[in-house]
Amino acid sequence: MSTASVSLPNWITYGLIPVLNLIVAFLISGVVVWLIGESPLGALSLLIEGALGSGEGIGFTLYYATSFIFTGLSVAVAIHAGLFNIGSEGQAYLGGLGCALVALALDRFVPWYVTMPVAVVGAGLFGAAWASIPAFLQAKRGSHIVITTIMFNYIGAALMVYLLVHVLIVPGKMAPETRTFLDGGQLPKLGWVMNLFGAKLGAAPFNVSFIIALVAAYFVWLLVWRTKLGFEMRTLGASPTAASYAGIPYARTVMIAMLLSGALAGMMALNPVMGSSARLQVEFVGGAGFVGIAVSLMGRNHPVGIIFSAILFGILYQGGDWISFEMPNITREMILVIQGLVILFAGALEYMFRPALVHVYQQFKVK
Amino acid sequence: MDYYDILINVLSSTIRLSIPLIFTALAGLFSERAGVFDIGLEGKMLGAAFAAACVAYITDSAWLGLVAGILCSVSLSLVHGFASITNRGNQIISGVAINFFIAGITIVLGQAWFGQGGRTPQLSPASRFSPITLPGADAIREVAIIGPLYSNVISGNNILTYLAFLAVPLSWWILYRTRFGLRLRAVGENPGAVDTAGISVSWLRYRAVMCAGVLCGFSGTYLAIAQSAAFIKDMSAGKGYIALAALVFAKWKPVPVMFACLLFGFLDALANFMQGKQVPLIGAVPVQIFQALPYILTCILLAGFIGVATPPKAGGVPYTKER
Repeated sequence: MSTASVSLPNWITYGLIPVLNLIVAFLISGVVVWLIGESPLGALSLLIEGALGSGEGIGFTLYYATSFIFTGLSVAVAIHAGLFNIGSEGQAYLGGLGCALVALALDRFVPWYVTMPVAVVGAGLFGAAWASIPAFLQAKRGSHIVITTIMFNYIGAALMVYLLVHVLIVPGKMAPETRTFLDGGQLPKLGWVMNLFGAKLGAAPFNVSFIIALVAAYFVWLLVWRTKLGFEMRTLGASPTAASYAGIPYARTVMIAMLLSGALAGMMALNPVMGSSARLQVEFVGGAGFVGIAVSLMGRNHPVGIIFSAILFGILYQGGDWISFEMPNITREMILVIQGLVILFAGALEYMFRPALVHVYQQFKVK
Repeated sequence: MDYYDILINVLSSTIRLSIPLIFTALAGLFSERAGVFDIGLEGKMLGAAFAAACVAYITDSAWLGLVAGILCSVSLSLVHGFASITNRGNQIISGVAINFFIAGITIVLGQAWFGQGGRTPQLSPASRFSPITLPGADAIREVAIIGPLYSNVISGNNILTYLAFLAVPLSWWILYRTRFGLRLRAVGENPGAVDTAGISVSWLRYRAVMCAGVLCGFSGTYLAIAQSAAFIKDMSAGKGYIALAALVFAKWKPVPVMFACLLFGFLDALANFMQGKQVPLIGAVPVQIFQALPYILTCILLAGFIGVATPPKAGGVPYTKER
């Protein structure tokens, strides 16, 4: 009997295997640090100190995590429907345009809590719109979603640079960015939450969009596991043939899954654009769309898992900054190395340890 | 400058910009024709560029640089193969992982070894592939029309450029005229049939991804030690994805691959040339349009509006011997 068909208890599939994959990724990263001539343990303690050692550190960690929750959910919703959306990066970029346009239009007239829901819709709509073309091409024309979403990342980047350089730029300024939003277009920071725990937020841009992210995670859970649509999506993801026999419309389900995925990616823009820099800048997404892939894989495409793994990646990003500050030999790009290894082991080599674990598990069960 | 000079100018940069695309797209061709999707072309190219620049700098030899570039790229291919052939993991995810890993590790190691912000030190002329002047290039330089074309576009390129154009018919010959090529194409269409014929699907696919590794090694080496004189961080700058687009655009066929790459290279050259220049009747064309054009064209093609691009049938699907 092949080991692939043996069922393992949930705590192994959802707990032990991801943790093992993570440990291997970290061990290899440790070897890289050691090869450079620095102490891996020293780097690890700096990582934790930088990310969790101060209120400001935690604030930055959660700020990064907020973006990653959105993009992680975006990737996960698509994966449930069997679609690999590599385009979250571009969808988030366009989402930034949506939320910036709302903020630019409203910030003079209304307070932030009026702007915010409109901006959520704006960001979501623009993100969904950018996902809609690859989605349509997949659903109706049979183009490969992976290729088209990659292409759309680049088209989106070119479009946004054009808009920022030629259209939205403040006349007379050199930097390709919009004007700074007034208070009505800025999301308030969550300093008071940190105060509850007796920590000071400092300069960290941890803001209200974190709460929106948590709400979004709840809705994604509701959608995927508690609605008919979610069931149809999961059926399609598990087996397109079974879905078609069950009368689940392929094109409609693909479109809806991708639009939701794009909308979630787009909402990520609230965090950096309205929560942190209060303006739309070039390349503000900064790879968060791609981190979403790792986050979703680590979190086993489940909202709760995604929140945890987004925080883990938040720790990596903030702690990584701290390491590169304290150990100039290790640059910030070490994060990309770790991220690549996490994606490799948690995603592509997901089941490498499975046969061995099945073996061990069966021996224990017999006893 | 008269129009012919401009044309020659743009054509010679078209050649320069197309070479990495040709090597990389051919790499993708081998891999995808065998049924292994390769999003990691970008990473392999970048990794090869870094390895080539480091070794060329240390040994002062361009050829050793090339060997290092190929070795680095092939080992990444083997990782991709291990994940997607042996472990039957998701090929797209594996490719994405390789891209991330390489984007990071080249900068981390570059900074740690050379301390120049992720760059490698400037290479001396001896450790680069320098331009080759073809026979008679200087003699006919002054001849109208043919002279500039021959001496500035066809002659004066480095050895890797000529190898790239040789690699195209060679790939065609391997894929369509050898037993290995026949089997490679078969394993991308119907691995079950190949397996039934008693041929190892895994070993064929491993050989295909290794071919891809070798070719990506060439393209990375070209970037770092033929076109430039150092490794610069993120120097592949999306070329791996453009090559992927070219591969789709060429419908997974070797000779069209070359033309698609030349077209995309031409667009790139044109974009560089047009920067800040006015077009009669239109005005300044934003450079972003040229940058986005290859991607837009590929999407239109994929949508089936200009012919149908059918990928190899078994592409992206790991082969399971028995169920």
